[in-house]
Amino acid sequence: MSEYILEMYNITKEFPGIRALDNVSFKVKRGEIHALCGENGAGKSTLMKILSGVYPYGTYSGEIFFNGEKLILHSIKDAEKKGIAIIHQELALIKELSVKENIFIGNEPNKNGIVDFDQMYLNAKKILQQFNLDIDPNTLVKNLGVGQQQLVEIAKALSKNASLLILDEPTSSLTEADVEILLKILKKLKENGVTCIYISHKLDEVMEIADTVTVIRDGKTIGTDSAKNLTKEKIISMMVGRELSQLYPREKHFIGEVFFEVKDFNVYDTKIQNRRIVKNVSFKLRKGEILGIAGLIGAGRTELVSSIFGSYPGKWTGDVYLEGKNVIIKNPSDALKYGIAMVPEDRKKEGLISLMSVKENMTISNLENYKKNLIGTINENRELLDVKDYIKKINIKTSHFSTQVKNLSGGNQQKVVLAKNLLSKPKILILDEPTRGIDVGAKYEIYKLMFSLAKEGISIIMISSELPEILGISDRIIVIHDGEKKGEFENKNVTQEMIMQCAIGGRSNND
Amino acid sequence: MIKSDKTEKDIIKRFSGLNLNIKLYTMVLALVAIWIIFSVATDGNFITPRNISNLLRQTTVTGILAIGMVFVIIAGQIDLSVGSLLGLTGGIAAILNVWYNLNGLVSIFVALIIGILLGLWNGWWVAYRNVPAFIVTLAGLLVFRGILIGISKGYTIAPLSTDFQFIGQAYLTPSSGYILGVVAVFLVIYLVLNSRKTKAKYNLELPPLWIDMLKIAILIFFIGLFIFILNLYRGVPLSVLILLILMLVFSYISSKTVFGRRVYAIGGNVEAAKLSGIDVKKITLILFALNGLLAAFAGVLLTSTLNAASVSAGQNAELDAIAASVIGGASLSGGVGTVFGAVIGALVMASIDNGMSMLNSPPFWQFVVKGLILLIAVWVDVISKNK
Repeated sequence: MSEYILEMYNITKEFPGIRALDNVSFKVKRGEIHALCGENGAGKSTLMKILSGVYPYGTYSGEIFFNGEKLILHSIKDAEKKGIAIIHQELALIKELSVKENIFIGNEPNKNGIVDFDQMYLNAKKILQQFNLDIDPNTLVKNLGVGQQQLVEIAKALSKNASLLILDEPTSSLTEADVEILLKILKKLKENGVTCIYISHKLDEVMEIADTVTVIRDGKTIGTDSAKNLTKEKIISMMVGRELSQLYPREKHFIGEVFFEVKDFNVYDTKIQNRRIVKNVSFKLRKGEILGIAGLIGAGRTELVSSIFGSYPGKWTGDVYLEGKNVIIKNPSDALKYGIAMVPEDRKKEGLISLMSVKENMTISNLENYKKNLIGTINENRELLDVKDYIKKINIKTSHFSTQVKNLSGGNQQKVVLAKNLLSKPKILILDEPTRGIDVGAKYEIYKLMFSLAKEGISIIMISSELPEILGISDRIIVIHDGEKKGEFENKNVTQEMIMQCAIGGRSNND
Repeated sequence: MIKSDKTEKDIIKRFSGLNLNIKLYTMVLALVAIWIIFSVATDGNFITPRNISNLLRQTTVTGILAIGMVFVIIAGQIDLSVGSLLGLTGGIAAILNVWYNLNGLVSIFVALIIGILLGLWNGWWVAYRNVPAFIVTLAGLLVFRGILIGISKGYTIAPLSTDFQFIGQAYLTPSSGYILGVVAVFLVIYLVLNSRKTKAKYNLELPPLWIDMLKIAILIFFIGLFIFILNLYRGVPLSVLILLILMLVFSYISSKTVFGRRVYAIGGNVEAAKLSGIDVKKITLILFALNGLLAAFAGVLLTSTLNAASVSAGQNAELDAIAASVIGGASLSGGVGTVFGAVIGALVMASIDNGMSMLNSPPFWQFVVKGLILLIAVWVDVISKNK
């Protein structure tokens, strides 16, 4: 058997008007963890879709060999039969079904077509135990955290005896602690002889786990090298084709007086009565300040800010003071009136209206300002001027303002959401995971934008699960653990470890 | 993704200013094709001025229902009650007019108000009580029809007073038809030039003058042709004029106003709409009220045209309206659709009814053909999207 489990030669894939992959060659050694890096739109996902049968044989040119044999796939099912499994960035679990049913979906142990649930339970338990995962196979997936759901996905792939596992941005929605667990499991899988292709923007993880790294850019292979010979900076420069002087373009900005205050916020679970997700959280925000909110996923950060913004679907209590005055925010429209804007965590689900154009998305929360008569006719000329202005100002790459927003890359979509919020001329901008799933270049631009907003005197509240981002951007940091504020730091000489300590604080008591 | 950007850019460049809407043009072409087929099959009887006039009058009820329905569909909702609502409001207007000798216009006015109230009833349950629209309006379908049967005691209510008959049966005199045409032409020219002027004021890119001129010329041609053909028979039917005016008004609301933009936003992504500060409940309520109003319009018009109200008036009309909206490019998953498209969809449905009855084909075929056209229209849309 050859040293390589997978060899892809001269793969070219064209979409109308663009060559997404241009003569890409990609080889993966048996039993290694091979990281595939590149900016969004570089062609990573396209390459993996070819490999996993999403784009069937014949829709691309080039040759693939798997275990030395020529690989011809007509469907995802074909790929699974060969032992190739892909775990997508967006999880493909059925939330209303249990863990065991999800693991064996399409593959249920049965007797004459009747599902054998006991067998299924035992098999699921065995797979989960293999990785010391303490999940009851009967739990409904919707009751698991995102991190655990990810692990269930992996268990599902393994139940199909995958020998090549593709993970597409597996950690983009995981907290540091969950990432640790995932990486441990991947190492364990490697010991068991499973080969992994690991796609990630998070280079720290790549450096920690990968044996080999391949970088692609603009549909071309830039290089493959052993991880030992590479550094983070080297990979970044290969990815972006330029040296980024630094990832976080910190700029000095003036920080004024406290002008916004949140007092004794309690947020209650939407389903379980009297269960508090946020417990007595208070914090202050100064003018022109960037406040980072760190914590694990599920700690209650999103619930906290969405309550402040008035969009939380359940019950909450607490007071908000804006410039010393107690203001009552019952819904997002109140918040916007007081100059509070929010970029939600889930861009596609909560931020964008994908069928609408760039222009329409940008002005949707601000249409009142463009009314030109009593029946509410939109002054489209004025609207267009503002839109063009912001497209230029924050460098949104789109062919036209009337392009449907779903055709933009993730980074540019995020900029559209930002522009929408900026057009409402906020005094306070809440950003919930503002750079999730977007590439290094676009991240950099978003950071720059944040600093220039801070300079203009806009205060920013940023939730982030990436500690380097929290440390690189914030002026002040608060840490939430299990709904409580566990720590507050002026961002001077703070280390990732200090924040992590707070974020997992108290957990050791439970375990 | 750059791939679609690039091709799109080319298209936009080439057709800038033409307001290219491929879906709409395909549909208009399909309509023309249907007309040609029927014209050939009926030895030209289909396109006589008399039949065109009848065809347009046949379109009015479904057309008006479709205008309201498409709004509801764009917002991601559905209204199954409009057929019954149409019957009930038409029935109430006729009862007031015939049994209580109320003046025709007053009866109509009361019916329209009741249409709004019943629409509010639907909307309140959907928006503020979170009952799915399908259920609320299915209940409405039964309740409204039941009330109609109850208050009319099962009788057909006729004949109406002449002022009531007027709106469904009157025609504009040829000369007033032409005057209307001239007014419309001047309005078109004014609007186009005015838009150029304000665009210039804002220093925005202007479409080339020849494109605007071409637009004006095409519109003038169609306005002229429309009035000329209808004048060859008995003139522009008042009911058709009402349909056109409603179409223009609601087209404007959907594409030019804050309200319209928000309706599309809600249908496109209700979560994002809420977070953008849109009062989704209020807009949903208004939408159903508007739909009630339009259904009442259709009810009054149908009663007037038939010179009678019966308990079965408007049965299955909601299905025609939904089909017309969808044939006209609306998507039941929300966020997509146009008022103009819905009216064209209604015209397609009416053309099939009209043409097939001219061919003396048994009525069951009309159901079969309309059903298949609906299916094919959506299928074509689905495959064109997947390309």
